[in-house]
This record gives sequence, C-alpha cells and structure tokens, in this order.
Amino acid sequence: MNRQALTGILLDDQVFYSLKDVCHVCECQTEWVVALVEQGVLHPSGGGRQAWQFPGSSLHMAMKARRLQQDLNLNLSGVALVLDLLEEIESLRARLDTALTS
Amino acid sequence: MNASHRQAEWRSILRYKDYYRIMGLERDASQDEVKKAYRRLARKYHPDVSDSPDAEQLFKDLGEAYAVLKDPEKRAAYDELGANWKAGQEFKPPPDWDAGFEFSGRGFEAGGPDAFSDFFEGLFGGAGSHGFAGGRTRFDGPGQDHHAKVLISLRDAYRGATRSISLRTPEVDPSGHVINRTRQLNVKIPIGVRKGQRIRLAGQGAPGIGSGRAGDLYLDIDFEPHPLYRVDDKDVYLDLPLTPWEAALGSTIKIPTPSGSVDLKIPAGTRNGKKLRLSNRGIPGNPAGHLYVIAQLTVPPADNEKAKELYNRMRDELAYNPRKHFEG
Repeated sequence: MNRQALTGILLDDQVFYSLKDVCHVCECQTEWVVALVEQGVLHPSGGGRQAWQFPGSSLHMAMKARRLQQDLNLNLSGVALVLDLLEEIESLRARLDTALTS
Repeated sequence: MNASHRQAEWRSILRYKDYYRIMGLERDASQDEVKKAYRRLARKYHPDVSDSPDAEQLFKDLGEAYAVLKDPEKRAAYDELGANWKAGQEFKPPPDWDAGFEFSGRGFEAGGPDAFSDFFEGLFGGAGSHGFAGGRTRFDGPGQDHHAKVLISLRDAYRGATRSISLRTPEVDPSGHVINRTRQLNVKIPIGVRKGQRIRLAGQGAPGIGSGRAGDLYLDIDFEPHPLYRVDDKDVYLDLPLTPWEAALGSTIKIPTPSGSVDLKIPAGTRNGKKLRLSNRGIPGNPAGHLYVIAQLTVPPADNEKAKELYNRMRDELAYNPRKHFEG
C-alpha cells in the first residue's frame, strides 16, 4: 500500500503534449488525432504536426471522442457535433445554476 | 475456462440479472430489436452524455446485456436458464446447463477487466474480461484507465490539499481468477485547481495485461457547495447584504474571503446588484481569478414604532421616487 502522497499532472492549459504523447496516452493512431484536429475538436498550437502542442485538456477531449465514437458507432463529424452540443449544454447548465442560486 | 473453474466460481453467490428487462425487451425480441434497443439506450445512458449519477452502472449493465443478447449462442444459453428468475435473486445454474454451447468470438469492445458482473463471469467465464472467449487466448495489452471524482472544498483550491482515494482494482490472480483489490492512494491536490479540471496519475490505473503498461488514473475535480461562495471557473462570487445607510453613505465592511477576511470599502451610492471586484482574490493561478462581491440591499423591517417613525420621516422628507422612469 502506498501511503506517500502522489503528485499528478494537472491537465490545464499550462501543460502541453506533443502529437506522439497524445497518441500514446489515448492509445490511438496519429491519423485519428489529426482527423480530430481537422474536425476542430482539438486545437493544438504550433505549426505543422511535428511541432503541434496540445494543451492538457486535449487528453480528456480525445478520450471522450474515442469513447463516443466506439460506443455509439459515430463518425467523426457526429462525434464533433456531440462534443459541441455537450459543451453548450454544460455552459447553459452552469448559467442556470448561477441564476438559481443568486 | 474449464468446468471445474466454473464450478468453483458458482460457490460464491451470484445474483440473477434480467438482461431482457435491462434492455426493455420482451423475451421473444428479434435480433434486430435487440440491436435497436442497444443503440437507443447506449445514447441515453452513455456516461459522457448522460448527467444521471447512475449512468455508468446503467451503461455497464446495458453493455453486458447486449453482449449476451446480440450473440445467438450466448442468448440461447441464457434463455436456457428459463424465464422464472427474478432480477437480483440468488442464482445457481443447473448442472451442465451450458453443455452443447461453444462460446466464441470477441466480447464487448468496451469491456475492461471489471466490465461485467459476477453473474456474467459465472455463466460465460472471462469472455468479457479481456475481450476473448474463455480466457483461452493470452495477449499483452495496456491496463484500463481509472477515473475517480474528487470533491474538494474551495479552501483546498486556495491552499492545496492531500486527498485519500480508495480504488477498486480488478487483478488476475495466478489461477486466472479476476479478483478485486482495494487500493488506498494519497494524492496531492495542487493549489489553483478548478472545478472540472483533471489530474492525471500515469501508471496508477489497472495493471497491464501480460507485459502491457499499467493504465492511468484520472481524477475529476469537483467542488463541494459552499454556503457563502459561488465559483465560476477561477472567479469566486460572494453576496454581501448591506443596510440602506451603508449603501447610501458608503462604509468600510469586514468581509470573509476564502483566503482570509479583508476590509472592503463600499462607495457611497452603491446600488443593489453592484459588483465590486477584488483583483486576484479568486482561485490562485497565473493569472489568478477575481473575487466579486455583489451588493444586496436589504430593507430593515418596520416592526416597531421607532422604525415606523423613521420610515415616515424618510417618505415625507426625501421626496424619492424610484419609479420616475414609468412616467412618459
């Protein structure tokens, strides 16, 4: 049993991953990640694939996209649409919560 | 998986699962209806889509039910058990119930080592565990990633904290059984963490299969609701009730903030709802969030003679009309 406190990496926009890292962590192919960028799901900075820098939040987004694609049998445009709508619902819910508690 | 292994598993209590009920189907549903029901319910219960707290369990149950009912061999074996079982009932399969059935093919794609219930494992062996029937095929693969939600207080986000997390990790013992071990991890929550952010602990998920690497552990950060503060990303909001004279004349008021109390100057003529910003007193970071104080004017009750007299004097002497804009 490990009693020592572990320090993880906070996946915020201060930490960056290369294309290779994203593929490794999400266990997916390079072409699939490139397709996610082309769909506008992921927004790396830097020009050219080799120089792409993905902010930490991309990891969660890529994994979510992968689960949606596999589990719901969606194509990538469908995945991108679902992710956009989920984001919109989340922001509307947050606004509703704020309006209800203030 | 051999027969003696199956017998050994049945010694532990299994609870019957009604796969037809889980999928909302009649027992005579066609394979096409099974597929349609799965697609419809998968969209409804997918944990990335549904906000139901039970979504993950419902989706797992659905995946398990579908793995059995979509496969004619497994479905026939399951149907053989009969329709008189009730969900949750203690279940002992009749001897040799599966004689004559050969399970083959790949299991449910999303299934990880803990994907399917003991009931499923008891009936079909480890078909759901590693994607291959009966555990006959060995292969190397990465361990499953684990996700855990961590509730922290707003104070933790300001000061950092260490949280103890219990994880149930399925492991395969030397005889090939899948057993669940509980692991306790202490994890540092960094200063400046925000609601909805994730912490990745590489290699702290489920162990790899064969020589595969261990999965990762992802912690989803959520905040406990606070009686005073509301949090929006890195900004924090505090409602500040004010008396009419504090708002009208201006005053200095000691207010609580998550990083300690401060004296806040209320300018004369502060209106209800006015937002006062305390720069960089929101959640720490680079840049830090702000603390917004929202003025909330309160009306002192006119519940005694003195108070009534004061209100009457104000009415007579102030000539104040808050509805001036109603007049053309």
